[in-house]
Formats: sequence, structure tokens, C-alpha cells
Amino acid sequence: MLKGGFTENLGKVYGLYTLGFLVFFALMALLETTGVGARAIGIMFLMFTIAIYALIGYLSRTMQVDAYYVAGREVPALYNGMATAADWMSGASFVALAGGIYFGGYPYLGFVVGWTGGYVLVNSLMAPYLRKFGCYTVPDFIGTRFGGNAARLCAVIILVVASFTYVTAQINATGTIASRALGIPFEVGVWFGILGILVCSMLGGMRGVTWTQVAQYIVLIIAYLVPVIWMSNAQGFGLIPHFSYGDAAQRIAELESQYGLAPAAEAVAGVRVLTTPHFDPQGGFDSWKFATLALCMMAGTASLPHILMRYFTTPSVRAARKSVGYSLFFIFLLYFTAPALATLTKLQLLDPELATAVIGKSIEDVLALEWVQNWSQVGYLAVVDQSGDGIVQLNEFFMRPDIVVLATPEIAGLPYVISGLVAAGGMAAAMSTADGLLLAIANALSHDLYYKIIDPKAETKTRLIVARVLLVGIGVAGALVASLKLTGILGAVAWAFCFANSGLFFPLVLGVWWKRANAAGAVAGMVGGFAAGSWYLYMVYAGGMEPWAGIDHLRFGIIGMPVSLICMVVVSLLTPAPSKEIQDMVDETRIPSGKTIIGH
Amino acid sequence: MAQDATGTQISQEAREGHWAKTRSLTIGVLIAWFFFAFVFPWFAKELNAMSFLGFKLGYYMCVQGSLLAFVIMIWLQNYRQDKIDEEYGVQE
Repeated sequence: MLKGGFTENLGKVYGLYTLGFLVFFALMALLETTGVGARAIGIMFLMFTIAIYALIGYLSRTMQVDAYYVAGREVPALYNGMATAADWMSGASFVALAGGIYFGGYPYLGFVVGWTGGYVLVNSLMAPYLRKFGCYTVPDFIGTRFGGNAARLCAVIILVVASFTYVTAQINATGTIASRALGIPFEVGVWFGILGILVCSMLGGMRGVTWTQVAQYIVLIIAYLVPVIWMSNAQGFGLIPHFSYGDAAQRIAELESQYGLAPAAEAVAGVRVLTTPHFDPQGGFDSWKFATLALCMMAGTASLPHILMRYFTTPSVRAARKSVGYSLFFIFLLYFTAPALATLTKLQLLDPELATAVIGKSIEDVLALEWVQNWSQVGYLAVVDQSGDGIVQLNEFFMRPDIVVLATPEIAGLPYVISGLVAAGGMAAAMSTADGLLLAIANALSHDLYYKIIDPKAETKTRLIVARVLLVGIGVAGALVASLKLTGILGAVAWAFCFANSGLFFPLVLGVWWKRANAAGAVAGMVGGFAAGSWYLYMVYAGGMEPWAGIDHLRFGIIGMPVSLICMVVVSLLTPAPSKEIQDMVDETRIPSGKTIIGH
Repeated sequence: MAQDATGTQISQEAREGHWAKTRSLTIGVLIAWFFFAFVFPWFAKELNAMSFLGFKLGYYMCVQGSLLAFVIMIWLQNYRQDKIDEEYGVQE
């Protein structure tokens, strides 16, 4: 049926796949009209999509080092862009972003700007040079550029801490989605999730993860855009809502000042009322908080190994650059939809002129709504008439932020099939990110720690077996930690970015951009920045210290990064310049043509 | 691990010229990035006095404008970088 290899037929393969998914969606919609229940539809959505990912994972199995670590360096820019977008957009982006915007207002938009602007740094400072270098992992670059096992080991440790923090949140998200859609306990859902994740990555390594991530991107972007556009059309907000919700935002501002943004008279555990205005920047300190958050997220984006390693898989330096452009475009599609979703959902709830409104309605009418009952039962929503006037006030409507995406289809009165689609999208987002992170950790341990430091004579077969054993071990450890439910999704995600930028940002940037940087400097930069950041996190989060200038636990990179920069520059200048060979290597890294620096 | 010290045969001047232009381009992009990432969001309150496509401008920049600018910035930079690489004969 297909002439030529798989990579020559990507357009056909993924075109058919997309079509197949849409047909499946239509089939589910049809089944719903014949009376099949919501639960059955949800289960079929999850099972169908996960079965496809598992099949791709199985077909991509390999025993070649190049294929396992860098997908054989044959991923075209466009597809690497999609894979990166799936790798990047986590359960948090998919499920929690719109809810964060809904409840967080201007301060929260620092995440939106930060998580997109970071790619400018990836493209200008990192991706093309790391691709030219030809490394398998991020510590591989640090170890070779600076020389010495100390630098390599420091990079491995920071990578593991940052990525592990992140991956537990993702496994947690897969557990939540699986448990809700399949009706199983959360603790079982977590194991179900990790099983799906490992099937995609274990047999094929980076090759398997790449091709499943492309498939997962297609599902997640359809699952994000279709409900928003459908809702917009059903509720009369326009064909494509993205360009026309300015009026909606202003109407919300009017309604907010009319209702008043008072805190709840009595708090309800696990859910919150709206107290932050939709968009009302105060300037000054408010701007400072925005900028520090955005900076931490941007520098973190450019230091997170699971993102950087995606650009090792392209056929050329030029393709690596191009694929950063595609990545951000594909990410942008979701990120510029989330604020539209948050705004329109909020307007539907608040505006008494709309049929969907709940604020200002009588409490009996609201409690009779089906979606209110569904979400109240699981404790994700609460409507309590605390003032006793029989009317739902703005501060009497409680909600968990991360249900905004999940509940929107129901609020707008869309069919259940949309909810099934959204569950599949959330699962795809969380699984793809978890796969990338697990692989980043396992590859650093198997390639840098085991092969480069412990046993450089290890045979290919042994290396690949070690890599897989580590992958499974780390996955299981992640699932164990996730089942303890230690942190909320967003806390852990922001921490991962700050760990990564505190320890790795300057060693990576200066490795390319400053020839004089040497091994001692790099080690000092990694240790100093990571230690300072971690100390500060501990002090403000657990040690009871008052944050300096509003730098709270979400932005501890603001402390870590400058320490890292100063340590690296000072120690580099105090110690001898790197050898001529290393300096030539840096020169060679800076031009696209020629062979890669590391020949494996 | 075999290291390839001098993979490419190009003159030292070409190497330096290529890097000088690459560096200027990068600095230019980072200046633009700084404006969209920090300056516009910082002055969101002031920008809100203006409106754009029916949005208040400060809001628009935070939810769409800056994001779009980042995408365009990367594509423009890559277009320009390809030209620089070709000018000095270091394209792949």
C-alpha cells in the first residue's frame, strides 16, 4: 500500500489517522443519539485512542541506539513541531490553563506569555546549536562541551530533579482522567495511566515517543478546538470566537463591578469563588509579579531537557530551527484558544441576559441544572445560598478551577460526545508529556550515568536493556509518588521550570555563546544556581520565610538564575581558559554545515 | 566517542563574519522578544486605554498579540538565518 519507508509517507499515514479519528468521533455522536450512555462513550474514547498509541509504540520498536535515543534523526520539521507541541502541552496546559485564566486574571496570564515566549529563547540560543552538537541528551552536551564527569553528573542530577517533579504531576493527571472516565478509583487510574505511558516509550524509545506524540497532538488539538468553536456557534458568539471576544471581556468587567468580587462568606473545601477581576492590571508590583513569573517560565522552557531533546531528532540544523517555528505555532493554536474559552465560559455563567447564566438566578433553578448536579456530586462544584436571599450571588458559586475545560461543553448544553472527546484530549496531553519526561530521565541515566561514567565499554544491547529497565523503574516510582497526591498540578509544574532554569539555563547558553566558559565554571554555575534556588524554595514554602519582593515559590528561579550566572562567570574567569580543542569545538558548533561534534 | 575537530573547511574570516551576523540577528530578536514578553505586559494598564479589534490593547497583547509576535519572530529569524548561512556557504 505504501511505497517507500514510513517517513516518506507521513502525510498519508497521519492524514488517514486524523480522518479515522474524526470518523470515530462521528460514530460516537451517532451512538449517543441511539441512547448509548455518557460513561460508555467516555470509556470507548479512552480505550480507542490509547490502543492506537500502543500500536504505534509497538510498531516503532527498535534495538538501534540512534533510533532509541534520537529517533534515528529522521523526523521532519513539521512532525517534530507537532511532537514537541504534544511533549510540551501537559495535562496542566490542557485541563488547567483555561481555568487558571478564568480565576487568575492578569497575574495568571504571566504563564500564557511565559510558556510561549520561551520558544524564542529555545530558537535563538539553544536548539540549532545543540542539534549541530549531535548529542543524545542534554547532559551529553554539558559533559562534552565542558569536559569531565563532574559537569555531566551535575547536569544529570538537575535534569532528574526537574523532570521528576514534572512527571509526577502528569501521571497524577492521567490517573485523574482515567478514574473519572472509566469509573475506577484514582489509585488504580494512576497505574492504568503509567501502563499506557510505558507502552508508548518502552519498545521504541525516542522513535516510539515521537510518532505517538504526533498522534497525540492531533487528538489533543481537535479535542481542544472543537468544543470551543462548537460552543461559540451554539451560543451565538461567532463562527471563530478568537477574534471577537473583546466585547465579552468588557461585558464581564461591567458585570464584575455590578456584582462585586467579594470573597465567600464561608469557604467550601476544594472549591473557590471568583475574586480576581478578569483583567485589571494595577501596574507597579502587579507588573513585577507578571514579569518575574513570565521570565521563570521562559528560561525554564529553554532549559527543560525533555523539550530540548526533541530538537536532536531532526535531520539537520536548519530543520531543527524550522521545527521550533512549527512547535510554537502548534502550541499557539491551543494557547490563544484558552483565554477565549475562559472568557466565554465566564460570560455564560455571569451574564443574566444569556440562557446559561447561573449568577442572579434563583437557587432552586440552579440546583436543578443537570451539570451542576453532576459536578457537585464529585465535590468539584458547590452552589450554596449563604446569604439566604434565595438568589445565587457571585460569591456563592464555588468551582474547582480545572473543571472549566471539562464542564464547558455541559454548561453550553453540548452533547456528551464532546465530553468524551475532551477526556481523550486531556489524556493525550498528559500521556505525551509524561512520555517525554520519563524518556529524558531514563536516557540521561542510561546514557550519561551508566554508559559514559560507569561502564563506557558496555555493549549496545546492554545499554538498550539498561535504558528500558530504568524507564520502567522510573515510571513505577513516578506512579507511586503520584498516588500519594503530594502537590497540586500547577505547583509542581512551575517548580520544574524553576529547577531547570536555576541549574541549567546559563551553563547551556554560555556553553555556546561564551568560549571562555570552562568546566569549573559550569559546575559552579549548576551547583550554585540549583542550591540557591532549592534553598529559597524550601525557605518560602516550608521554612516560613517571608518572600523577598513578592518572589514566591512559583518563581524561585529569579533567585537561582542570577546566582548561577555569577558563579559560572566568576569561577570560569578565576580558572584557566578551556583548551584550544574545546574552543574549536565551540566554533564548529556555531555553523550549521559539517559533521556533528559528537560522532556516536 | 570520536570527535571531529575540524569538520568544515571554511576560512577564519568567513567563520567570524558568519558569527558576527548571527550574533547581531540574535540580539535583534531578543530585543524584540523583550518588548513583547515584558514591556507590553508591564504597561498593560496604560495600554488598556487604547483598543484594538474590539479588545482593550493591554488585554489583547497578553492573550494574543505577544503570542503571535513570538511565532512571527521565530519564523523571521529563521528566514534571515538561512540567508546568512548561505551567504557564508555554511548551509547544510
